[in-house]
Amino acid sequence: MKVFNLFPETIFSIGPVQITDTVTTTWFVMAAIITICYLSTRKLSIKPSFFQEILEAIFEAMEKTIKDILPLDPWLVVPLLGTLWILIGFSNLAGLIPGVKTPTADLNTTFAFAFISFSMTHVIGITTQGLKGYLKHYKEPTWILLPFHLIAEVTRTVALAVRLFGNMLSGDMIAIILLGIVGLLVPIPFSLLHIIIGLIQAYIFGVLTLVFIAGGIRTKS
Amino acid sequence: MDAKTVVISVSILAAALVMAIGGYGPAKALGKALTEALDATARQPEASDKIMRALFVGMALIESIAIYAFVIALIILFANPLIGYIVK
Repeated sequence: MKVFNLFPETIFSIGPVQITDTVTTTWFVMAAIITICYLSTRKLSIKPSFFQEILEAIFEAMEKTIKDILPLDPWLVVPLLGTLWILIGFSNLAGLIPGVKTPTADLNTTFAFAFISFSMTHVIGITTQGLKGYLKHYKEPTWILLPFHLIAEVTRTVALAVRLFGNMLSGDMIAIILLGIVGLLVPIPFSLLHIIIGLIQAYIFGVLTLVFIAGGIRTKS
Repeated sequence: MDAKTVVISVSILAAALVMAIGGYGPAKALGKALTEALDATARQPEASDKIMRALFVGMALIESIAIYAFVIALIILFANPLIGYIVK
């Protein structure tokens, strides 16, 4: 069922894999990020240029945020969380370009992000304190709470995906419905609100991943 | 009134109720969270950074309940699984 042209559509398919337009938008977003980073890091110097300064400010802000929450070396997770923050932030804002669908308004994209977050939580937990030490945090207060820990592992991942998906889809939907009702200028304030929501949701996604990682590590200290 | 009409009209009513009831609780909770955070910031302005960070994360967690209601309403409206039982 095609409604408002808002949901992902298949463009072409490779064998059984269907490539939707949200996937191609994600590729374009990735290409844009890589191009920006390549162009602004070509001539690095002690006396930074304008773009180099912007990138350094972004990295310092990420390092500071992580240092406040994680009791470890922040550069262990800066690559992961930096990727999540920047890629999700750019993807959320990509929907503001006319004719482009928001990649994160597709449940498959957000579930992919949430699965990365879910698996990296375990990987970082195991690499920092060993398999035995990591498994120990499941019986934290008592053994009785083990099933609840296991349920929470699944539900918090699903919640992470559905939260991002719902926020982005609702923003697009409000814009389209208002466009159908009132026309020209009224949707603009809602689009401004959508920019803020997109940035906050990208931040929230990263911070929650960080909190989950820290929750798996906290037992040692 | 055949069965399909009943299912569709009940679905529309259910989607409206989902958004109304599902939006009420989170709206009250968000208001309370913001009030308390502003209260705490007014009392201790030097702790505002920590309070704001906790506020953003907490607000996202509260808001996600409203988002679940929204997703359920979308499923009811656009991808209703129950119509499949009636329209073979």
